[in-house]
Amino acid sequence: MINAFKGLWKTSGYFRFGIVALVFALVMVILSFFSPYKPMASYKVPTDLPPSFDYLFGTTSRGQDLFWQMTFALRNSLGFGLITAFLSRILAILVGMYSGYKGGWFDKFLMSINDSFVIMPVLPILLLLNFLLRDQMNWFYMALMMALLGWAWDARLIRSQVLSLKQRVFSETAVFCGMRTRKIIFHEHMPYVLPVLFSTTINNLLWSIGMEVTLSILGLTNLNNPTIGVVIYWANQHQSMISGSWWWVAAPVLVTVFVFTGFYLLSVSINEFIDPRTRLRMKGGAA
Amino acid sequence: MTFKHLFNKNFGKYLLGRIGQTIMVIIIGITITFIIPRLAPTNPVELKIQQMMVSGANIHPEAIRQFREAMNDIYGLKGTLLEQYVNFWGRLARGDLGPSIFSFPYPATDIIMKSMPWTIGLLLSTSVISWIFGNLLGGLAGYYSNRRWTRWAELLANSIRPIPYYIFAFILLIVFCFVFPLFPTLGAYDRGMDENWMNPAFLLSVLHHTFLPALSLVLTGLGGWLLGMRALVSNIISEDYVQYAEVAGVKKKTILYQYVMRNAMLPQITGLGMSLGGIFSGALITEYVFGIPGMGQLAYRAIVGFDYSLIMGVSIFSIVGVSVAVLIVDLLYPIFDPRVRLN
Repeated sequence: MINAFKGLWKTSGYFRFGIVALVFALVMVILSFFSPYKPMASYKVPTDLPPSFDYLFGTTSRGQDLFWQMTFALRNSLGFGLITAFLSRILAILVGMYSGYKGGWFDKFLMSINDSFVIMPVLPILLLLNFLLRDQMNWFYMALMMALLGWAWDARLIRSQVLSLKQRVFSETAVFCGMRTRKIIFHEHMPYVLPVLFSTTINNLLWSIGMEVTLSILGLTNLNNPTIGVVIYWANQHQSMISGSWWWVAAPVLVTVFVFTGFYLLSVSINEFIDPRTRLRMKGGAA
Repeated sequence: MTFKHLFNKNFGKYLLGRIGQTIMVIIIGITITFIIPRLAPTNPVELKIQQMMVSGANIHPEAIRQFREAMNDIYGLKGTLLEQYVNFWGRLARGDLGPSIFSFPYPATDIIMKSMPWTIGLLLSTSVISWIFGNLLGGLAGYYSNRRWTRWAELLANSIRPIPYYIFAFILLIVFCFVFPLFPTLGAYDRGMDENWMNPAFLLSVLHHTFLPALSLVLTGLGGWLLGMRALVSNIISEDYVQYAEVAGVKKKTILYQYVMRNAMLPQITGLGMSLGGIFSGALITEYVFGIPGMGQLAYRAIVGFDYSLIMGVSIFSIVGVSVAVLIVDLLYPIFDPRVRLN
């Protein structure tokens, strides 16, 4: 594990950038617990100040220090994304692995539902849902909804992995030895599926944070709980772009770009590392 | 090229399968929109009417009456769940979602139809442009994978790819409307102009206004297509037939465009179909950010104005529209894949 980390750190610029972004995100999350202000408390600092050493990201027209607000925003957005990714993993693993392993009409049935969810535009459904049930919605229900809508693509990836595993000799041996289906799936096949799972988790995390931002920009979430999207929403409400306080939008945008790109590159570099061909090249062997 | 050969047995099977799939998507999607309002503990119709009243807008009493009637049909809690479901589809089949609240007496369907072309235009042009350029660049990057510029292209593509559409839209907005004010911030054409597509000045104005939103959609999509194509091409060039062609002295250009990229294109076409839903979500927010009068803008207005029929309509039309678009892309597939046609 430590060796893998060292190897990646030495050879992959993507990985280094990703780790830097991860550390940045973690530091922000930890800092949020030491914030001198409450998340949405207003008129604590002078309004509309551009970024400076006193106020790293500037201040808002509501007298909030954007730096500290962003620590809360990042914490909430990441937490939300992690819960969604976790919940949808459960569905993706169950559907992908059972469907791939069982095959036949069971597989056909599940995959036709699966493909419908892949194609379906998620945003309009979430719009309607949040529009009607906003008062009943909390972040957990929303994570649950997003998980229900966002598992399909990853289930397909996992299924294709299992389809190829099923052809291998060890799977046949396991069946002939009388191993139960559930045990084959979770003990024998799971280790091979984990790498795929890891990269899909990061992608799903980014997707769900992105969706939450989308809904917040439209004003459809709890606007008193800062997330990346909520910060942008308030910037829009105060027409920060027109009044010239561009940093109000720039702060969440830059933080998002940094964290999203970093996490994505992290998953790309780890994927490349898992691919045996790349590892051979790293060790100087033939690719 | 004639299309007669397309209509053999296999193609018929493929066609039926895809149409069946599309119908399934639409049924599942619309059933979800049927279920959602019924999850609410209170009657959503009365709740929305109350919210409208509280919001203080001047609403025509006749609008409220028609609204309540239509909504009670669509979300009607009369009868068994099955009867409700049948009534719901009946209304939809007639395209009657009731009047839009703040544009009374215009039906929600009409208003949606008016903004739909903007969204379709933006979505269609940007996804086609970004698909073509992304695949072209990806093909070149995969074929000449040891050149220095391909590394940079890959790095750039990898960095842009995870950035959500609207974040990119905001970046472009800050850079090109405030730092270098080259483009207008809001709207799809100059305020004073009439919507007249025959007028060249109007067309220019539309192009000028929609350039940035289009650019943001094109650039965010580009990275994904580039990387996908690059990976496909670098797999294909190690195959025997490509190496044989190289040894036989076939021109590099011919090899790349005719032998390699044509093969690599097929998964990318499937990919285009699969990604349309996501691109659509991105386009909605981009429209809202840049003030283009499409479905995204409409959705926002509907949310702010508690316009239930409108938001319902936007959801349903989006689901149907995107599914049909995916179907069309998938039906193009056999034209490019000789195996589906001839097999």
